[in-house]
Amino acid sequence: MRVLLKTLLLSFTLTAALLSQAADNRLTLTGSSTVAPLASEIAKRFESKHPGVRIDVQMGGSSRGINDARMGLADIGMVSRALKPTEQDLSAFLIAMDGIGLILHKSNAVNTLSNTQIIDIYIGKITHWKQVGGPDLPITVVNKAEGRSTLELFLHYFALKNSQIKAHVVVGDNQQGIKTVSGNPGAIGYVSIGTAEYEEDRGTPIKLLPMAGQPATVEAVAKGGYPLSRPLNLVIKKTRSGLVKDFIAFAQSAEVKNLVEAQFFVAP
Amino acid sequence: MGIKSINNRADHRLSVVLTLLSGGAALLLALIVLFLVTEAWPFLMSSWRDGASLGLFQSQGWYPLEGKFGMLPMILASLAVTLGAIVVALPIGLASAIFLEFYAVAHIARVFRLLLNVLAGIPSVVFGLWGLTRLVPLITQWQPPGASLLAALLVLSLMILPTITLTSTSALASVPKDLLAGSVALGLRRKTQILHIMLPAARSGITGGALLATARALGETMAVLMVAGNVVQIPTGLFEPVRVLTANIALEMAYAMDDHRASLFTSGLLLTLLVWFLSWGAHRVNRHRREAGHHG
Repeated sequence: MRVLLKTLLLSFTLTAALLSQAADNRLTLTGSSTVAPLASEIAKRFESKHPGVRIDVQMGGSSRGINDARMGLADIGMVSRALKPTEQDLSAFLIAMDGIGLILHKSNAVNTLSNTQIIDIYIGKITHWKQVGGPDLPITVVNKAEGRSTLELFLHYFALKNSQIKAHVVVGDNQQGIKTVSGNPGAIGYVSIGTAEYEEDRGTPIKLLPMAGQPATVEAVAKGGYPLSRPLNLVIKKTRSGLVKDFIAFAQSAEVKNLVEAQFFVAP
Repeated sequence: MGIKSINNRADHRLSVVLTLLSGGAALLLALIVLFLVTEAWPFLMSSWRDGASLGLFQSQGWYPLEGKFGMLPMILASLAVTLGAIVVALPIGLASAIFLEFYAVAHIARVFRLLLNVLAGIPSVVFGLWGLTRLVPLITQWQPPGASLLAALLVLSLMILPTITLTSTSALASVPKDLLAGSVALGLRRKTQILHIMLPAARSGITGGALLATARALGETMAVLMVAGNVVQIPTGLFEPVRVLTANIALEMAYAMDDHRASLFTSGLLLTLLVWFLSWGAHRVNRHRREAGHHG
């Protein structure tokens, strides 16, 4: 019993000591699952340049990023969209741009769709590819789950409400969206352009559609002409300083440009 | 009975430690349920205040962004997928168990058992990925969109097959040997021995196993999420996409806040209650079997 007590006491003291020491050198990032992989890579590089600093990156969606940064639960929030007017108590720092593109199965003869046609397909007015000059196949509409910022951006751009959309399949992340479309010749979906281009290069049978006359490519997003693009931000409370500021400056610097490109995003 | 009367000090200390640890496990379970209730509470209360406490069970649609939280389609979908999986897996599982117990040669039985154990050990996300990249495109060629109730129940039935087979095998194996010996002595045919003597005798064990498999099918998340299509609608056909409660939580929890979040915890609570009910059923059936065993 005494040995047990001593061990317990010792481990408590050790943990307390570790915690108090770590407090100054620790950063926590939470939020968007789109930003998280990039932030993890940036964090690794930052840690290797600043020995003793530990950075913890957790996902949970843009809403969590906003919430945690506001409540002080995290030092930095990751948000894959611009800040809303109600979120002006936070400051946002752009670290990359990402675009959302419509994808079809590669075998589909349709090479372009107007915005009206896209809306009609998504609200179920057009249900067959023949109606837009395509193959003799019914259309499978692939939509995103509620709460995803990709969905919010898509709805906002086409001025739709989610209850108007007649989806046949609802997917979670980009990979699931791409696998669903590549396995179904009649499907239409929308995903992050970077991920889609990457998969297209690997031979996955999908193709990206141009949007409002602009090709859906990483270059078009970089030039700023592509209509369905979004900023990837790090957000913090306006009073933050010290290590947080250092990390943000690092994440915006040329030192991480190759990391941004490796993730198929566009460096700002 | 014996444990309490033992006055050996070492044994007494062991029993104290064991009591504390098992008490801790029970407390942990109680805390999980308590956590679910507290997280779901704001939503339950607000829908109660709005006089829409039954709104959960109506089909006004599931559009959290627009404040609509109808769960009925998902409850029905969960039940339909689970029932479908059992209907497919139970006959196959029973047939496999009978084969293992009465027909297979020793080394074939060993290999078969090994395969079942491997099947039981495959992570559900692998089943999901297989379903998404092989099974769903196959169904798409036949009846688009492919991601459907059918795909979900097929993948699930594959996942619960080992559970059903292994529990049925052990139920058949635990039937008293004199029953079989008696039936042999009567000169009954193999088919009659199995169908009319062994199966009825092992019935409660088999039912218990099937109920456990049902609980697993009801709680399965990743695989179903990947192949079911996830459209919130009341299931009307095998080829219609559906969303089950577990997939709903996995799809939206990461992005949910406030009422949306609480409503997801409510669906978690609902699932817990359903699974609880099933395990209670399995427990009752098993107890019945034990008692019956003592009498026989």
